[in-house]
Amino acid sequence: MMAAVATSPDPAAPILRIRGMAKSYGATRVLGGVDLDVPRGAIVALLGRSGSGKTTLLQLIAGLQAPDAGSLHIDGIDMRGVAAFDRPVNMMFQSYALFPHMSVADNIGYGLKARGTPREQRRQLTDWALDLVRLEGLAQRRPDQLSGGQRQRVALARCLVMKPAVLLLDEPLAALDRGLRADVQRELIGIQRKVGTTFIIVTHDQEEAMALSDFIAVMEQGDIVQFGSPREVYERPASAFVAGFLGSINLFDGLLAVEAAGRARLHCDDGTVLVLDAATPAGAGTPARVGVRPERMAVARGPTGLDNDFPGVLDSLSYVGNLSHAVVRLAGGRMLQATLMNPGGAAGAVLRPGDAVHAGFAAAATVSLPA
Amino acid sequence: MKAGARAAGRLGARIWGRAAGLTAIDHLTVAIPLAWLLVFLALPIAAVAALAIHPLRDSIPPVGPLFTMVDGHPAFHGTTRALRLVLTDGLYLHAFTSALVNAALTALACVAIGFPFAYAIARAPARHRHFYVLLAVLPFWTSFLLRAYAWIGMLRDSGPLNGALLSLGLIERPLPILYSPAAVLLVMVYSYLPFFVLPMYAVLEKLPADLLAAAADLGARPWYVFRTVTVPLSFAGIASGAILVFVPALGEYVIPELVGNSDTLMIGGILWDEFFQNRDWPLAATIALYTFGLLMVPALLLRRWLAQLGGFAR
Repeated sequence: MMAAVATSPDPAAPILRIRGMAKSYGATRVLGGVDLDVPRGAIVALLGRSGSGKTTLLQLIAGLQAPDAGSLHIDGIDMRGVAAFDRPVNMMFQSYALFPHMSVADNIGYGLKARGTPREQRRQLTDWALDLVRLEGLAQRRPDQLSGGQRQRVALARCLVMKPAVLLLDEPLAALDRGLRADVQRELIGIQRKVGTTFIIVTHDQEEAMALSDFIAVMEQGDIVQFGSPREVYERPASAFVAGFLGSINLFDGLLAVEAAGRARLHCDDGTVLVLDAATPAGAGTPARVGVRPERMAVARGPTGLDNDFPGVLDSLSYVGNLSHAVVRLAGGRMLQATLMNPGGAAGAVLRPGDAVHAGFAAAATVSLPA
Repeated sequence: MKAGARAAGRLGARIWGRAAGLTAIDHLTVAIPLAWLLVFLALPIAAVAALAIHPLRDSIPPVGPLFTMVDGHPAFHGTTRALRLVLTDGLYLHAFTSALVNAALTALACVAIGFPFAYAIARAPARHRHFYVLLAVLPFWTSFLLRAYAWIGMLRDSGPLNGALLSLGLIERPLPILYSPAAVLLVMVYSYLPFFVLPMYAVLEKLPADLLAAAADLGARPWYVFRTVTVPLSFAGIASGAILVFVPALGEYVIPELVGNSDTLMIGGILWDEFFQNRDWPLAATIALYTFGLLMVPALLLRRWLAQLGGFAR
């Protein structure tokens, strides 16, 4: 397994290549022909709701299930017919699945022992892994004597000591208290950067996916609907689903009217007219959908002076400390969400629900989405 | 006196539950099983122990009183005759040994046969499991005696077992299986197997599938997973199942009587004979008392093992 990594011909080639992978349970289609290339040494998140097929995809990569169709290459080697215990892949389970009757050191050394690694080498590798996750002093503890974060590190060390080509992590933070997550996230990334192992993380939590990963594969109903960096996926969502799954978005549906000077207008059914950057070459009368993220909106007592500016009434305002979430009702009844930075202290005019306000955004703030 | 009362109070508090603020219902829920144990366990054991030191007398009942009043003074007639006799007479020691060996062999065979049995049920699809469990306990629907008698028919020279072996040409004349130690062991294993399978299944069924998947993921072959994860984590089931078999098997007297011979004299049969044939009640009570003592050994060992296994054996 380690040899396979060392003799890989092309370091720029994806470490994991999936083509047309499909899986059904009876009449239920769980995966419908997924393609995925995972760059070497990256952290990639498979992000989706439960039932999106992300866990099935993880199990197919691990070899815990067999696909109905499609191919899977790890480091250029076809994994067809390769059993789970022979794949250069390890999985960190959501429950961590630590062996309760073994010490931390025995848990970490389990895979090496199963593989027949000589005792001395096993001890060295176990020590290396303990050191990596900073658990040197706890080698003789039992899992039930550890905190949640420590247990996660044991599970991580138990996998990394095997030097896998790819490490799969199933909801790695789900079993932890909220307060612990930020620390554990940072630690997880730190360890990954140190060992350089490719991580594939399954999660339903978009914040977790954003914070942890270099790339996100957004999954919906058995398909990868978008693959890109967190910034790309957030700023340039491929669909309204992706846009809404990663945060909130204000959607506008209407007909395009192209103007001169690189400007276009979108005429919505309720009479709202938006000014857009005419990046889209679509002709006049084409139905189109655009979205605006709430944090790209401005709300003020007077006109905002932006390309798009609508008078309305502040419907609600919820204060969450650093931010306030505002909802503005336009004259036609349309609701717009806006996220506003809170000025420090008691300074600045405080908006109250019922106040007459203007909501606005720049033409450049809009994102074109498939209608 | 005061210290004694305090100690008794502490013991009472331990049994009664350490938590303060118990309601009447709480007290009742503790009191009922305690009363049950007192009436149906502690008192009978005390009665048997007392009977063991009664003097033997040719009367009905065949024992004399422990105390009489002689010239206005109480006289004690207790004797350790039976207690000593059982420990010194080779017949009893032999019967104890034979019962111990037989019970241990039965328990071992039940582990060897019952574990794969329980494992197969626990790994079967969830919707089939209850059916398989039902099959395992189905023999209980008919009387134990009937089933033991049925074995006589099966094992006799002209029975189906010998018939099958003869027609296959594996043997030339019928095997004398019936009325042998092998027949006793066979019927005992058959009778006690469900007592092992059920607790074993209960433990195996709860074994987290994640742990087995994790072991496989770390490169362990199925057999290695079985040895290093499945067996250690189902040890509580193995131990409790084996003891559930061992305990009744040690006192078994019906099966050796039905399918055994004079070589299969076990302590249960001796006890029966002493009580009903020889009418030596103190001796029978002594055998019962010693058997009880013998049975406490594995029970206490189990307790210690489970305590050592700690949290994960729950």
